This record gives sequence, C-alpha cells and structure tokens, in this order.
Amino acid sequence: MTAIAHRYEFVYLFDVTNGNPNGDPDAGNLPRLDPETNRGLVTDVALKRKIRNFVTLDKDGGPGYAIYMQEKAVLNFQHEKAWKALDIPADAKDGYKKLPKDEAKAREITGWMCANFFDVRTFGAVMTTGVNAGQVRGPVQLGFATSVEPVLPLEISITRMAVTTAEEAEKQSGDNRTMGRKHILPYGLYRAHGFVSAKLAERTGFSDDDLQLLWQALINMFEHDRSAARGEMAARKLIVFEHDNAMGNAPAHRLFDTVQVTRAKPEEDGPARSFADYTVKVDAEALPQGVSVREYL
Amino acid sequence: MAFGVKLLVWGERACFTRPEMKVERVSYDVITPSAARGILEAIHWKPAIRWHIDRIHVLKPIRFESIRRNEVGGKLSPASVAKAMKAGSTAGLATYVDEDRQQRAATVLRDVHYLIEAHFQLTGRAGPDDSVGKHLDIFNRRARKGQCFHAPCLGVREFPASFELLEEGALPPAPAAGVELDKDLGWMLHDIDFDDGMTPHFFRACMKNGVIEVPPWQGAEVKA
Repeated sequence: MTAIAHRYEFVYLFDVTNGNPNGDPDAGNLPRLDPETNRGLVTDVALKRKIRNFVTLDKDGGPGYAIYMQEKAVLNFQHEKAWKALDIPADAKDGYKKLPKDEAKAREITGWMCANFFDVRTFGAVMTTGVNAGQVRGPVQLGFATSVEPVLPLEISITRMAVTTAEEAEKQSGDNRTMGRKHILPYGLYRAHGFVSAKLAERTGFSDDDLQLLWQALINMFEHDRSAARGEMAARKLIVFEHDNAMGNAPAHRLFDTVQVTRAKPEEDGPARSFADYTVKVDAEALPQGVSVREYL
Repeated sequence: MAFGVKLLVWGERACFTRPEMKVERVSYDVITPSAARGILEAIHWKPAIRWHIDRIHVLKPIRFESIRRNEVGGKLSPASVAKAMKAGSTAGLATYVDEDRQQRAATVLRDVHYLIEAHFQLTGRAGPDDSVGKHLDIFNRRARKGQCFHAPCLGVREFPASFELLEEGALPPAPAAGVELDKDLGWMLHDIDFDDGMTPHFFRACMKNGVIEVPPWQGAEVKA
C-alpha cells in the first residue's frame, strides 16, 4: 500500500441531543465538563473507539482491516468466525519476556501488525518490540473535542418496575420499584481538531484508501453507536484541509482559525437546542497558498 | 549562540508526566527539556543532529485540571504476533478492552504557553554534506511556515501543540499576569539517555524571572 502524500488537518463538528456524549468516571458518569468554562468535553479516545467500531462493522475484519483494540460486544461474533476458520488460542502474556533483540525481526513484526490492523496503522500502538521505544506512532492524532458553548447537564430520574434481588423485593414488600438516574445534555455542539501526518503514514503504510475510510468513519460512526445513554448524536461537519506537500504549508492553528462557528441569530440569547441555531463559516479566502479545503459533510 | 532557535509553543492542555507518578499521571509544573526536544524534533530532525534545550520561558500561570479516562493496561507481546504471523491469520490476536480496563486519572496542565530556546550539535552520524547552516535553515523555514514532520504535542499526543517561530532579534513576549516569576520546581527530568540503556537524567529546575535555565546535557548539574 502506498502511503498518503499530503499532510491533512481536520475540523470535525458533531452534536448531541438529549444524551450523554462521554461520561466522566470521576463524576458519576456525568457528561465531561471543563470546570473553568463549563464547556463539554469528549476525549480523543472516545472518538477513536467509535472509529474502530465503525471500521469493524464496515470491513468486518477483512484482510488488512482487523482491529487490535476490540470491544467485546462487537467482537463476539467475530470471535466465533475465527474459531471456525482457524483454531488458534489467544496467546498468554508470557511471551513478553522474550523481546526480539534482533532489530530486523522486530521491524518485521511491527510491519506485519501495521499491514494487518487498521487501528495500529492509523493510531499506532504500543508494542514491546524494543525498536523505536517499542511503539508505533500512527499518523492520525486527535485532540479533545470541546463544545462550542457552555453546556448544561441535566439529571433525569427514572424508575424501574422491577428489582434485581429477592432481598430487595422483600424490603419493598412487593412494591418492586427502583429509581435510577440518567445524565443528559439537552443540546451540545462539539468541535474536535485532528491531524494526519504524511511522514508518519509512510512508516505505517497508512494509504489514501485508509484516509477515505477514516473520513467515512467520522461521517457515519454515530449512526452505529446508538444507545440509551447517547441520545441522538450526529456528525454535522467534516472540514478537511489538504496541504499540497507532505510537510505542510501552514501552521495548523491558523487553518483551524478559518473555521468559525457562531450563533445563527446572535440577537436571541436563548440556549441553543439544535444545529440550526448555529452557523458554520469557512473563510476559504484566508487560506494560505498550497492549502485546499474540502467539506465532506 | 550563533545557531540558536527560539520557538513559541502553546496549547490548551499539557501533560509532562512525572516518572514517579505515571500510573495515575501527574504532570510536572512546566515542560521538560525532553518534551521540548520532542517538539523541535517533530519539526525538524535528522540523525546528524541533536537538539539541546538552553532556556524555557514560562509565559502563562501554572494551573492544573484532572481528567479520568478508561485506559488499557496491557501491551502487545511480540511472541503472540510472531505466532500469528506464522499462522498467517489475525484471528485471536486482539486485546479485549473490557478485560483489560483501567480507569486512570491524569492531573494535567491548563492553558500553557512557553518559549523554548535551543540549539543543536552535529553528532557522530553527520556526513560531509551536513552543515550547521543547512539544518538551521531547514528548521527555521519549516517553523516559519508551520510545517512539521508530525504534529508536535505537549507531553502526550491528545494535547496538540501550536507553534510559531520567534524571529531572530524579536523580543520574547512578556509573561502573562499571574505568572509566579521565581519558583523552585524541584528535581525534574532533563532527558533520557538512550545510548546508556535509557537512563533518566535529572536536574534542579529553578524558575528565575519566569525563565528556567537548562544545564547542558553533559553538565555536572545533571544527575543520572
């Protein structure tokens, strides 16, 4: 596979309606908040997880598109398939002690991982191969997604008409009702920034096809990530900057600055409740030479 | 120094992990020389040169924030990859996130802005056509245009770094209000010695008037 020849940056906008885009384990699964600004956060790893899941569904583990970091729920049926095809037990971790001292061998292993696993080729992976500090750095890098405006998490109490244990039922003398909680954001528009390095792509073999698949994943991944917690999430805009050169032609922050997200009706100061409340403008005029912009969504 | 460079770097968050608190990561108060070197290398590096950090200017107040994430504990073993290669199949070669999940907090820096002053030296691997001028030109040209080999980051890759070249002769920006100008930052990682079995080297970091003087890599103040 030939690696991509251009550097890319992208601005990715997605929104959530009546859902929790990314729970904070530190705060009882409340949506993540930046305590200084009250803006919502979605971590880079949360987005990467969804990209991996999309590729798993789309490519179904086809040759070259296996996913190394698996979520079990998605994997189970794949596991079964593998069971039927070839009976290979998962390796125990004892092989860890035998690091290949031989650099060529280590490189071969890393190369094979990159060729076979989409997520290793894209995001990199820590492998204990002793070469290059034992890790593959992938070409695709994502920052935290931040909401465009402060968000307000709501706590919704819900009831369940059943209990889990017999003791609980006894305690309630047959009432069998329990209360639960859901944390949602009525609405939040999030903005994430991403980077694709052509030079690191050279090393992992991240190709133009892979890049297209990445865009596809970003556009469609929320369609396959429905759950009770998430509410309605949707990708809204994917704005990609292509440098006509592998090293790039402009600082990334200057390109990101050309994308302005503002309120559609600034004179109305009510809370935003839909994407229609926002306007997204890309100032193509301000782009430096040698950089082109494309809107995928 | 005739071939010094000055680079402004900034970002919303940063995590320069203290080696003694790396499971639940806690960042140093400021960028380490090692992380600063990584940023310069993301812009330009060849085996013929080695970057040396001279000074670090701290331009924004030191503030922290905590983030807890689901992470994976294990690493991939080469032996299992070798086995899969032999079998010619990726079946069974996967890490199940649910089985190896760890929730880890990270105490990271907020809203950082630094000026890195550095120079480089030619190494033993420099060929006949490697001159100081050539590499300096490449670096300055790239930094001026915002070019980079890969996007530089502030300690970890999820915190991208924005950068800008401070042209020769230009005055460094003044520290923002609220920067504690004089502070003893204690022992801090200088860099890792990759030639010597990855031995970490430490130095006593002191901020004087907002500037940390970084001792030379082979200096007596740097302890392994």
